[in-house]
Amino acid sequence: MHYDILIVGSGHGGAQAAITLRQRGYTGSIAIIGDEPDLPYERPPLSKDYLSGAKPFERILIRPPAFWETRDITLLRGRRVVVVDPVAHAVTTGDGAVVGYGQLIWAAGGHARRLDCAGGGLAGIHTVRTRADADAMRAELPAVEQAVVIGGGYVGLEAAAVLRAAGKRVVLLEQQDRVLARVAGETLSRFYEGEHRAQGVDMRLGARVDGFIGDGRSVTGVRLADGELIPAQMVVVGIGLVPAVAPLLAAGAMGGDGVMVDAHGRTSLPDIHAIGDCALHPNAYAGGRHIRLESVQNATDMAVTVAKALTGAAEPYRAVPWFWSNQYDLRLQTVGLSAGHDAAVLRGDPAARSFAIVYFRAGRVVALDCVNATRDYTQGRALVEAGWHGDPALVADTTVPLKDLAARSSH
Amino acid sequence: MPIITVVTRDGTGRAVDMEVGATLMEGLRDHGFDEVLAMCGGCCSCATCHVYVEPASPPLEDEDDLLAGAAHRRDNSRLSCQIILSADHDGLRVAIPPED
Repeated sequence: MHYDILIVGSGHGGAQAAITLRQRGYTGSIAIIGDEPDLPYERPPLSKDYLSGAKPFERILIRPPAFWETRDITLLRGRRVVVVDPVAHAVTTGDGAVVGYGQLIWAAGGHARRLDCAGGGLAGIHTVRTRADADAMRAELPAVEQAVVIGGGYVGLEAAAVLRAAGKRVVLLEQQDRVLARVAGETLSRFYEGEHRAQGVDMRLGARVDGFIGDGRSVTGVRLADGELIPAQMVVVGIGLVPAVAPLLAAGAMGGDGVMVDAHGRTSLPDIHAIGDCALHPNAYAGGRHIRLESVQNATDMAVTVAKALTGAAEPYRAVPWFWSNQYDLRLQTVGLSAGHDAAVLRGDPAARSFAIVYFRAGRVVALDCVNATRDYTQGRALVEAGWHGDPALVADTTVPLKDLAARSSH
Repeated sequence: MPIITVVTRDGTGRAVDMEVGATLMEGLRDHGFDEVLAMCGGCCSCATCHVYVEPASPPLEDEDDLLAGAAHRRDNSRLSCQIILSADHDGLRVAIPPED
Protein backbone atom coordinates (compact mmCIF):
# COMPACT_ATOMS: atom_id res chain seq x y z
CA MET A 1 0.00 0.00 0.00
CA HIS A 2 1.21 3.46 -0.85
CA TYR A 3 -0.58 6.81 -0.78
CA ASP A 4 0.62 10.17 -2.04
CA ILE A 5 -0.74 11.73 1.15
CA LEU A 6 -1.29 9.56 4.21
CA ILE A 7 -3.15 11.11 7.13
CA VAL A 8 -2.76 9.49 10.53
CA GLY A 9 -5.80 10.14 12.71
CA SER A 10 -9.47 10.31 11.77
CA GLY A 11 -10.60 13.12 14.07
CA HIS A 12 -11.47 16.69 13.14
CA GLY A 13 -7.97 17.53 11.92
CA GLY A 14 -7.41 14.42 9.83
CA ALA A 15 -10.84 14.61 8.23
CA GLN A 16 -10.53 18.31 7.45
CA ALA A 17 -7.07 17.86 5.91
CA ALA A 18 -8.48 15.34 3.42
CA ILE A 19 -11.58 17.44 2.73
CA THR A 20 -9.51 20.58 2.05
CA LEU A 21 -7.02 18.76 -0.17
CA ARG A 22 -9.84 17.58 -2.45
CA GLN A 23 -11.58 20.97 -2.32
CA ARG A 24 -8.36 22.52 -3.56
CA GLY A 25 -8.22 20.14 -6.49
CA TYR A 26 -5.59 17.73 -5.24
CA THR A 27 -5.76 14.62 -7.42
CA GLY A 28 -3.19 12.32 -5.82
CA SER A 29 -4.17 9.36 -3.68
CA ILE A 30 -5.25 10.12 -0.10
CA ALA A 31 -5.81 7.76 2.83
CA ILE A 32 -6.81 8.38 6.42
CA ILE A 33 -5.63 5.76 8.86
CA GLY A 34 -7.24 5.75 12.30
CA ASP A 35 -7.43 3.41 15.27
CA GLU A 36 -11.20 3.74 15.72
CA PRO A 37 -13.74 1.61 13.85
CA ASP A 38 -16.01 4.54 12.96
CA LEU A 39 -16.15 7.11 10.20
CA PRO A 40 -14.78 10.52 11.23
CA TYR A 41 -17.13 12.10 13.76
CA GLU A 42 -17.33 15.20 15.91
CA ARG A 43 -15.91 14.82 19.40
CA PRO A 44 -17.44 17.75 21.33
CA PRO A 45 -20.93 16.16 21.40
CA LEU A 46 -19.46 13.12 23.20
CA SER A 47 -19.64 15.06 26.47
CA LYS A 48 -22.84 16.89 25.49
CA ASP A 49 -25.61 15.98 23.02
CA TYR A 50 -24.37 12.51 22.15
CA LEU A 51 -23.84 11.51 25.77
CA SER A 52 -27.30 12.78 26.67
CA GLY A 53 -28.87 10.92 23.75
CA ALA A 54 -30.12 14.14 22.14
CA LYS A 55 -28.18 13.43 18.94
CA PRO A 56 -27.79 9.99 17.31
CA PHE A 57 -24.39 9.00 15.93
CA GLU A 58 -25.39 9.67 12.30
CA ARG A 59 -25.89 13.32 13.16
CA ILE A 60 -22.40 13.78 14.53
CA LEU A 61 -20.60 12.30 11.51
CA ILE A 62 -18.28 14.92 10.03
CA ARG A 63 -19.41 13.81 6.56
CA PRO A 64 -21.97 11.21 5.39
CA PRO A 65 -20.54 7.78 4.48
CA ALA A 66 -20.84 8.35 0.72
CA PHE A 67 -18.68 11.46 0.89
CA TRP A 68 -15.43 9.58 1.40
CA GLU A 69 -16.13 7.32 -1.57
CA THR A 70 -17.12 10.06 -3.97
CA ARG A 71 -14.01 12.08 -3.03
CA ASP A 72 -11.82 8.98 -3.42
CA ILE A 73 -10.49 9.20 0.13
CA THR A 74 -9.52 5.78 1.49
CA LEU A 75 -10.40 5.15 5.13
CA LEU A 76 -8.17 2.59 6.81
CA ARG A 77 -10.10 2.06 10.02
CA GLY A 78 -9.26 0.24 13.21
CA ARG A 79 -5.52 0.45 12.69
CA ARG A 80 -3.00 2.19 14.87
CA VAL A 81 0.33 3.40 13.53
CA VAL A 82 3.11 2.16 15.79
CA VAL A 83 6.24 2.90 13.76
CA VAL A 84 7.17 5.75 11.44
CA ASP A 85 10.15 5.34 9.16
CA PRO A 86 10.95 8.76 7.70
CA VAL A 87 13.76 7.41 5.50
CA ALA A 88 11.68 4.70 3.85
CA HIS A 89 8.63 7.03 3.86
CA ALA A 90 6.48 4.33 5.41
CA VAL A 91 4.52 3.60 8.55
CA THR A 92 3.83 0.26 10.22
CA THR A 93 0.54 -0.50 11.92
CA GLY A 94 -0.09 -2.63 15.00
CA ASP A 95 -1.05 -5.61 12.83
CA GLY A 96 2.25 -5.42 10.97
CA ALA A 97 1.01 -3.81 7.75
CA VAL A 98 3.36 -1.35 6.06
CA VAL A 99 1.88 1.70 4.35
CA GLY A 100 4.08 3.95 2.22
CA TYR A 101 3.54 7.68 1.81
CA GLY A 102 4.73 10.64 -0.20
CA GLN A 103 3.67 13.17 2.46
CA LEU A 104 2.52 12.28 5.96
CA ILE A 105 0.07 14.36 8.00
CA TRP A 106 0.09 13.34 11.64
CA ALA A 107 -3.30 14.17 13.16
CA ALA A 108 -3.41 11.48 15.84
CA GLY A 109 -4.59 13.73 18.66
CA GLY A 110 -4.13 12.02 21.97
CA HIS A 111 -5.42 9.63 24.55
CA ALA A 112 -7.43 10.62 27.58
CA ARG A 113 -5.14 10.74 30.60
CA ARG A 114 -5.96 7.97 33.06
CA LEU A 115 -5.69 8.04 36.83
CA ASP A 116 -2.88 5.77 37.80
CA CYS A 117 -3.97 4.63 41.24
CA ALA A 118 -5.29 1.57 43.07
CA GLY A 119 -8.39 0.10 41.45
CA GLY A 120 -7.94 2.08 38.23
CA GLY A 121 -8.72 -0.97 36.12
CA LEU A 122 -12.22 -1.55 37.51
CA ALA A 123 -15.24 -1.50 35.21
CA GLY A 124 -17.35 1.63 35.47
CA ILE A 125 -14.39 4.03 35.32
CA HIS A 126 -14.61 6.05 32.12
CA THR A 127 -12.81 8.68 30.13
CA VAL A 128 -14.59 10.73 27.44
CA ARG A 129 -12.56 10.81 24.27
CA THR A 130 -14.13 8.38 21.82
CA ARG A 131 -17.55 7.20 20.74
CA ALA A 132 -16.82 3.88 22.45
CA ASP A 133 -16.25 5.75 25.73
CA ALA A 134 -19.57 7.58 25.47
CA ASP A 135 -21.42 4.41 24.40
CA ALA A 136 -20.05 2.52 27.39
CA MET A 137 -21.21 5.25 29.74
CA ARG A 138 -24.66 5.40 28.20
CA ALA A 139 -25.08 1.65 28.50
CA GLU A 140 -24.28 1.74 32.21
CA LEU A 141 -26.26 4.86 33.08
CA PRO A 142 -29.59 3.23 33.94
CA ALA A 143 -27.95 1.37 36.85
CA VAL A 144 -26.21 4.46 38.20
CA GLU A 145 -27.52 6.37 41.20
CA GLN A 146 -24.42 8.39 42.00
CA ALA A 147 -21.55 9.28 39.70
CA VAL A 148 -18.21 10.79 40.63
CA VAL A 149 -16.60 13.09 38.09
CA ILE A 150 -12.86 13.58 38.54
CA GLY A 151 -11.52 16.80 37.05
CA GLY A 152 -13.14 20.22 36.83
CA GLY A 153 -12.09 21.11 33.30
CA TYR A 154 -14.56 21.51 30.43
CA VAL A 155 -15.01 17.79 29.79
CA GLY A 156 -15.65 17.06 33.47
CA LEU A 157 -18.07 19.96 33.88
CA GLU A 158 -19.98 19.08 30.71
CA ALA A 159 -20.25 15.46 31.79
CA ALA A 160 -21.49 16.57 35.22
CA ALA A 161 -24.16 18.72 33.57
CA VAL A 162 -25.38 15.83 31.40
CA LEU A 163 -25.41 13.43 34.36
CA ARG A 164 -27.43 15.88 36.44
CA ALA A 165 -29.88 16.33 33.58
CA ALA A 166 -30.22 12.54 33.52
CA GLY A 167 -31.26 12.66 37.18
CA LYS A 168 -28.08 11.24 38.69
CA ARG A 169 -26.48 12.42 41.90
CA VAL A 170 -23.10 13.84 40.97
CA VAL A 171 -19.99 14.48 43.06
CA LEU A 172 -17.29 16.46 41.26
CA LEU A 173 -13.72 16.21 42.53
CA GLU A 174 -11.19 18.86 41.58
CA GLN A 175 -7.66 18.74 42.90
CA GLN A 176 -7.09 22.49 42.66
CA ASP A 177 -8.97 25.12 44.64
CA ARG A 178 -11.13 26.08 41.67
CA VAL A 179 -12.54 24.54 38.51
CA LEU A 180 -11.20 25.54 35.06
CA ALA A 181 -7.97 26.60 36.78
CA ARG A 182 -5.87 25.68 33.75
CA VAL A 183 -7.88 27.58 31.15
CA ALA A 184 -9.71 30.52 32.72
CA GLY A 185 -9.50 33.26 35.29
CA GLU A 186 -10.94 33.02 38.78
CA THR A 187 -14.17 34.91 38.05
CA LEU A 188 -15.24 32.34 35.48
CA SER A 189 -14.21 29.49 37.80
CA ARG A 190 -16.33 30.80 40.65
CA PHE A 191 -19.29 31.38 38.34
CA TYR A 192 -19.27 27.79 37.05
CA GLU A 193 -18.67 26.43 40.53
CA GLY A 194 -21.78 28.27 41.71
CA GLU A 195 -23.88 27.16 38.75
CA HIS A 196 -23.03 23.51 39.23
CA ARG A 197 -23.73 23.75 42.95
CA ALA A 198 -27.08 25.40 42.19
CA GLN A 199 -27.83 22.47 39.89
CA GLY A 200 -27.17 20.09 42.76
CA VAL A 201 -23.63 18.95 41.99
CA ASP A 202 -21.68 18.13 45.15
CA MET A 203 -18.55 20.10 44.27
CA ARG A 204 -15.38 19.19 46.18
CA LEU A 205 -12.42 21.47 45.59
CA GLY A 206 -8.92 20.63 46.77
CA ALA A 207 -9.94 16.96 46.68
CA ARG A 208 -7.24 14.34 46.15
CA VAL A 209 -8.12 10.87 44.96
CA ASP A 210 -6.35 8.03 46.74
CA GLY A 211 -7.89 5.14 44.87
CA PHE A 212 -10.97 3.26 43.73
CA ILE A 213 -12.77 0.48 45.50
CA GLY A 214 -14.89 -2.15 43.84
CA ASP A 215 -16.68 -5.44 44.18
CA GLY A 216 -13.92 -7.25 42.31
CA ARG A 217 -15.23 -6.27 38.90
CA SER A 218 -16.96 -2.89 38.96
CA VAL A 219 -16.23 0.31 40.80
CA THR A 220 -18.33 0.94 43.91
CA GLY A 221 -16.64 4.04 45.25
CA VAL A 222 -13.81 6.55 45.28
CA ARG A 223 -11.49 6.90 48.27
CA LEU A 224 -10.07 10.36 48.94
CA ALA A 225 -6.64 11.04 50.43
CA ASP A 226 -8.29 12.16 53.68
CA GLY A 227 -9.92 8.74 53.99
CA GLU A 228 -13.44 9.68 52.97
CA LEU A 229 -15.22 7.11 50.86
CA ILE A 230 -17.63 8.38 48.19
CA PRO A 231 -19.99 5.72 46.83
CA ALA A 232 -20.24 5.65 43.03
CA GLN A 233 -21.53 3.23 40.43
CA MET A 234 -19.81 5.29 37.72
CA VAL A 235 -16.65 7.39 37.63
CA VAL A 236 -15.84 9.83 34.84
CA VAL A 237 -12.21 10.89 34.61
CA GLY A 238 -11.59 14.16 32.76
CA ILE A 239 -8.03 15.12 33.59
CA GLY A 240 -6.61 16.01 30.23
CA LEU A 241 -4.94 14.42 27.29
CA VAL A 242 -1.66 12.71 26.50
CA PRO A 243 -0.60 13.61 22.95
CA ALA A 244 -0.18 10.57 20.70
CA VAL A 245 3.25 11.29 19.30
CA ALA A 246 5.42 8.40 20.49
CA PRO A 247 6.09 6.92 17.01
CA LEU A 248 7.16 10.34 15.71
CA LEU A 249 9.46 11.04 18.65
CA ALA A 250 10.91 7.54 18.33
CA ALA A 251 11.64 8.34 14.68
CA GLY A 252 13.65 11.36 15.78
CA ALA A 253 11.12 14.20 15.53
CA MET A 254 11.69 17.14 17.85
CA GLY A 255 9.13 17.49 20.57
CA GLY A 256 8.11 16.34 24.03
CA ASP A 257 4.61 17.17 25.17
CA GLY A 258 3.52 17.03 21.54
CA VAL A 259 5.50 17.14 18.33
CA MET A 260 7.20 20.39 17.40
CA VAL A 261 6.06 22.00 14.14
CA ASP A 262 6.77 25.29 12.38
CA ALA A 263 4.21 27.87 11.25
CA HIS A 264 3.39 25.65 8.24
CA GLY A 265 2.84 22.53 10.31
CA ARG A 266 6.15 20.93 9.31
CA THR A 267 7.86 18.66 11.83
CA SER A 268 11.65 18.35 11.94
CA LEU A 269 11.36 15.18 9.83
CA PRO A 270 11.19 15.38 6.02
CA ASP A 271 7.70 15.28 4.47
CA ILE A 272 6.01 14.84 7.86
CA HIS A 273 3.53 17.41 9.10
CA ALA A 274 1.51 17.51 12.30
CA ILE A 275 -1.75 19.23 13.17
CA GLY A 276 -4.30 19.54 15.95
CA ASP A 277 -4.16 18.52 19.61
CA CYS A 278 -0.75 16.88 19.34
CA ALA A 279 1.07 19.68 17.48
CA LEU A 280 3.32 22.03 19.44
CA HIS A 281 3.04 25.00 17.13
CA PRO A 282 4.10 28.64 17.26
CA ASN A 283 0.93 30.62 18.00
CA ALA A 284 0.68 34.34 17.31
CA TYR A 285 -1.86 34.67 20.12
CA ALA A 286 0.61 33.20 22.60
CA GLY A 287 3.28 35.72 21.61
CA GLY A 288 4.73 33.28 19.10
CA ARG A 289 5.50 30.66 21.75
CA HIS A 290 5.12 26.98 20.87
CA ILE A 291 1.94 25.67 22.48
CA ARG A 292 -0.53 22.84 22.10
CA LEU A 293 -4.21 23.68 21.73
CA GLU A 294 -6.88 21.07 22.27
CA SER A 295 -9.77 22.43 20.24
CA VAL A 296 -11.80 21.83 17.12
CA GLN A 297 -10.84 25.26 15.83
CA ASN A 298 -7.14 24.53 16.07
CA ALA A 299 -7.44 21.06 14.53
CA THR A 300 -9.53 22.34 11.64
CA ASP A 301 -7.54 25.48 10.91
CA MET A 302 -4.17 23.72 11.14
CA ALA A 303 -5.53 21.09 8.73
CA VAL A 304 -6.38 23.84 6.26
CA THR A 305 -2.91 25.38 6.71
CA VAL A 306 -1.14 22.11 5.88
CA ALA A 307 -3.53 21.21 3.05
CA LYS A 308 -2.87 24.61 1.50
CA ALA A 309 0.88 24.23 1.88
CA LEU A 310 0.72 20.83 0.15
CA THR A 311 -1.25 22.33 -2.74
CA GLY A 312 1.08 25.23 -3.38
CA ALA A 313 -0.48 27.99 -1.24
CA ALA A 314 1.64 28.08 1.90
CA GLU A 315 0.56 30.67 4.46
CA PRO A 316 1.78 30.71 8.06
CA TYR A 317 -0.75 29.62 10.67
CA ARG A 318 -2.39 32.63 12.30
CA ALA A 319 -5.97 31.67 13.07
CA VAL A 320 -7.52 33.25 16.16
CA PRO A 321 -8.11 30.59 18.81
CA TRP A 322 -11.74 30.08 19.77
CA PHE A 323 -13.63 27.56 21.80
CA TRP A 324 -17.08 26.83 23.17
CA SER A 325 -18.68 24.86 25.98
CA ASN A 326 -22.37 24.19 26.62
CA GLN A 327 -23.49 23.33 30.14
CA TYR A 328 -27.12 23.46 31.28
CA ASP A 329 -28.50 26.60 29.60
CA LEU A 330 -25.10 28.32 29.61
CA ARG A 331 -23.35 29.02 26.34
CA LEU A 332 -19.69 29.81 26.89
CA GLN A 333 -17.74 31.23 23.97
CA THR A 334 -14.05 32.01 24.26
CA VAL A 335 -11.81 33.88 21.86
CA GLY A 336 -8.05 34.36 22.23
CA LEU A 337 -5.81 32.81 24.87
CA SER A 338 -6.08 34.02 28.46
CA ALA A 339 -3.02 32.11 29.71
CA GLY A 340 -0.51 34.52 31.21
CA HIS A 341 -2.96 37.41 31.53
CA ASP A 342 -2.09 40.06 34.10
CA ALA A 343 -5.50 41.75 34.38
CA ALA A 344 -9.11 40.68 33.91
CA VAL A 345 -12.07 43.03 33.60
CA LEU A 346 -15.63 41.93 34.23
CA ARG A 347 -18.17 43.23 31.75
CA GLY A 348 -21.76 42.65 32.82
CA ASP A 349 -23.19 40.81 35.80
CA PRO A 350 -22.61 37.11 36.52
CA ALA A 351 -25.78 37.15 38.66
CA ALA A 352 -27.72 37.97 35.49
CA ARG A 353 -26.04 34.91 33.87
CA SER A 354 -24.90 37.02 30.93
CA PHE A 355 -21.45 38.57 31.07
CA ALA A 356 -17.98 38.64 29.59
CA ILE A 357 -14.52 38.62 31.09
CA VAL A 358 -11.93 40.54 29.12
CA TYR A 359 -8.33 39.48 29.71
CA PHE A 360 -5.35 41.81 29.32
CA ARG A 361 -1.64 41.13 29.07
CA ALA A 362 0.77 44.06 29.19
CA GLY A 363 -2.10 46.44 28.53
CA ARG A 364 -3.50 44.64 25.50
CA VAL A 365 -6.67 42.56 25.16
CA VAL A 366 -5.64 38.92 24.68
CA ALA A 367 -8.87 36.98 25.27
CA LEU A 368 -12.53 37.04 26.24
CA ASP A 369 -14.66 34.47 28.02
CA CYS A 370 -18.29 35.20 27.19
CA VAL A 371 -21.21 33.51 28.97
CA ASN A 372 -24.57 33.93 27.24
CA ALA A 373 -23.05 37.02 25.63
CA THR A 374 -22.63 36.24 21.96
CA ARG A 375 -22.52 39.88 20.93
CA ASP A 376 -19.49 40.55 23.12
CA TYR A 377 -17.87 37.38 21.82
CA THR A 378 -18.31 38.43 18.21
CA GLN A 379 -17.27 42.03 18.74
CA GLY A 380 -14.49 41.14 21.17
CA ARG A 381 -12.80 39.03 18.51
CA ALA A 382 -11.76 42.24 16.74
CA LEU A 383 -10.16 43.52 19.97
CA VAL A 384 -8.15 40.30 20.32
CA GLU A 385 -7.10 40.34 16.67
CA ALA A 386 -6.00 43.96 16.94
CA GLY A 387 -4.32 43.50 20.34
CA TRP A 388 -6.45 46.46 21.46
CA HIS A 389 -4.96 48.61 24.15
CA GLY A 390 -6.63 51.36 26.08
CA ASP A 391 -8.29 52.07 29.38
CA PRO A 392 -9.63 48.79 30.83
CA ALA A 393 -12.43 50.77 32.46
CA LEU A 394 -13.88 51.38 29.00
CA VAL A 395 -14.25 47.64 28.54
CA ALA A 396 -16.26 47.33 31.76
CA ASP A 397 -18.89 49.80 30.57
CA THR A 398 -21.68 47.67 29.10
CA THR A 399 -23.36 50.75 27.62
CA VAL A 400 -20.46 50.97 25.15
CA PRO A 401 -20.51 48.19 22.52
CA LEU A 402 -17.11 46.52 22.16
CA LYS A 403 -17.15 47.29 18.46
CA ASP A 404 -17.07 51.00 19.30
CA LEU A 405 -13.89 50.45 21.29
CA ALA A 406 -12.07 49.00 18.31
CA ALA A 407 -12.27 52.44 16.73
CA ARG A 408 -10.99 54.09 19.93
CA SER A 409 -7.68 52.24 20.18
CA SER A 410 -4.90 54.47 21.41
CA HIS A 411 -2.00 53.88 19.06
CA MET B 1 -39.64 16.74 1.27
CA PRO B 2 -38.45 20.27 0.49
CA ILE B 3 -36.50 20.76 -2.73
CA ILE B 4 -33.77 23.30 -2.09
CA THR B 5 -31.52 24.94 -4.66
CA VAL B 6 -27.93 25.42 -3.55
CA VAL B 7 -25.53 27.75 -5.33
CA THR B 8 -21.87 27.09 -4.58
CA ARG B 9 -18.98 29.56 -4.68
CA ASP B 10 -18.26 28.90 -8.33
CA GLY B 11 -21.80 30.05 -9.14
CA THR B 12 -23.19 26.66 -10.12
CA GLY B 13 -26.56 25.63 -8.72
CA ARG B 14 -28.05 22.24 -7.93
CA ALA B 15 -31.49 21.35 -6.59
CA VAL B 16 -31.54 18.71 -3.86
CA ASP B 17 -34.22 16.98 -1.84
CA MET B 18 -33.55 17.61 1.85
CA GLU B 19 -34.91 15.83 4.88
CA VAL B 20 -37.60 17.40 7.07
CA GLY B 21 -36.42 17.74 10.67
CA ALA B 22 -32.73 18.03 9.84
CA THR B 23 -31.05 21.39 9.92
CA LEU B 24 -30.12 23.11 6.67
CA MET B 25 -26.47 22.75 7.75
CA GLU B 26 -26.90 18.97 7.98
CA GLY B 27 -28.69 18.94 4.64
CA LEU B 28 -25.83 20.81 2.98
CA ARG B 29 -23.25 18.51 4.55
CA ASP B 30 -25.15 15.35 3.67
CA HIS B 31 -25.46 16.41 0.05
CA GLY B 32 -21.76 17.02 -0.32
CA PHE B 33 -21.64 20.83 -0.20
CA ASP B 34 -18.34 20.86 1.62
CA GLU B 35 -17.70 24.59 1.27
CA VAL B 36 -19.70 24.99 4.49
CA LEU B 37 -17.16 24.48 7.27
CA ALA B 38 -19.66 24.26 10.20
CA MET B 39 -16.88 24.01 12.74
CA CYS B 40 -18.96 23.90 15.91
CA GLY B 41 -21.16 21.14 14.56
CA GLY B 42 -24.33 23.16 14.63
CA CYS B 43 -24.65 24.51 18.16
CA CYS B 44 -24.69 28.21 17.23
CA SER B 45 -21.22 28.83 18.63
CA CYS B 46 -19.40 29.99 15.51
CA ALA B 47 -20.42 31.52 12.22
CA THR B 48 -18.79 29.04 9.87
CA CYS B 49 -22.05 27.69 8.42
CA HIS B 50 -23.12 31.10 7.13
CA VAL B 51 -25.37 31.08 4.03
CA TYR B 52 -27.60 33.48 2.09
CA VAL B 53 -31.22 32.39 1.81
CA GLU B 54 -34.00 33.45 -0.56
CA PRO B 55 -36.70 34.20 0.51
CA ALA B 56 -34.99 35.92 3.43
CA SER B 57 -35.99 35.08 7.02
CA PRO B 58 -34.93 36.86 10.20
CA PRO B 59 -32.17 35.29 12.31
CA LEU B 60 -32.61 34.49 16.02
CA GLU B 61 -30.96 36.81 18.52
CA ASP B 62 -27.77 34.80 19.19
CA GLU B 63 -27.53 33.93 15.54
CA ASP B 64 -27.82 37.61 14.62
CA ASP B 65 -24.98 38.45 17.01
CA LEU B 66 -22.75 35.78 15.46
CA LEU B 67 -23.62 36.90 11.94
CA ALA B 68 -22.61 40.43 12.89
CA GLY B 69 -19.03 39.15 12.95
CA ALA B 70 -19.23 37.45 9.55
CA ALA B 71 -17.12 39.04 6.86
CA HIS B 72 -19.68 38.87 4.05
CA ARG B 73 -22.94 39.46 5.89
CA ARG B 74 -25.97 40.50 3.86
CA ASP B 75 -29.62 41.20 4.64
CA ASN B 76 -30.53 37.60 3.86
CA SER B 77 -27.72 35.99 5.88
CA ARG B 78 -28.54 33.05 8.15
CA LEU B 79 -26.60 30.39 10.01
CA SER B 80 -27.63 27.18 8.29
CA CYS B 81 -27.46 25.26 11.60
CA GLN B 82 -30.35 27.35 12.94
CA ILE B 83 -32.81 26.54 10.15
CA ILE B 84 -34.76 23.38 10.88
CA LEU B 85 -36.12 22.11 7.59
CA SER B 86 -39.85 21.72 7.09
CA ALA B 87 -42.12 21.31 4.07
CA ASP B 88 -42.44 25.10 4.04
CA HIS B 89 -38.84 25.37 2.89
CA ASP B 90 -39.71 23.85 -0.48
CA GLY B 91 -38.27 26.18 -3.13
CA LEU B 92 -35.71 27.79 -0.82
CA ARG B 93 -32.62 29.07 -2.58
CA VAL B 94 -29.37 28.94 -0.66
CA ALA B 95 -26.08 30.53 -1.69
CA ILE B 96 -22.71 29.98 -0.05
CA PRO B 97 -20.87 33.23 0.76
CA PRO B 98 -17.31 33.93 -0.39
CA GLU B 99 -14.53 32.46 1.76
CA ASP B 100 -13.50 34.71 4.69
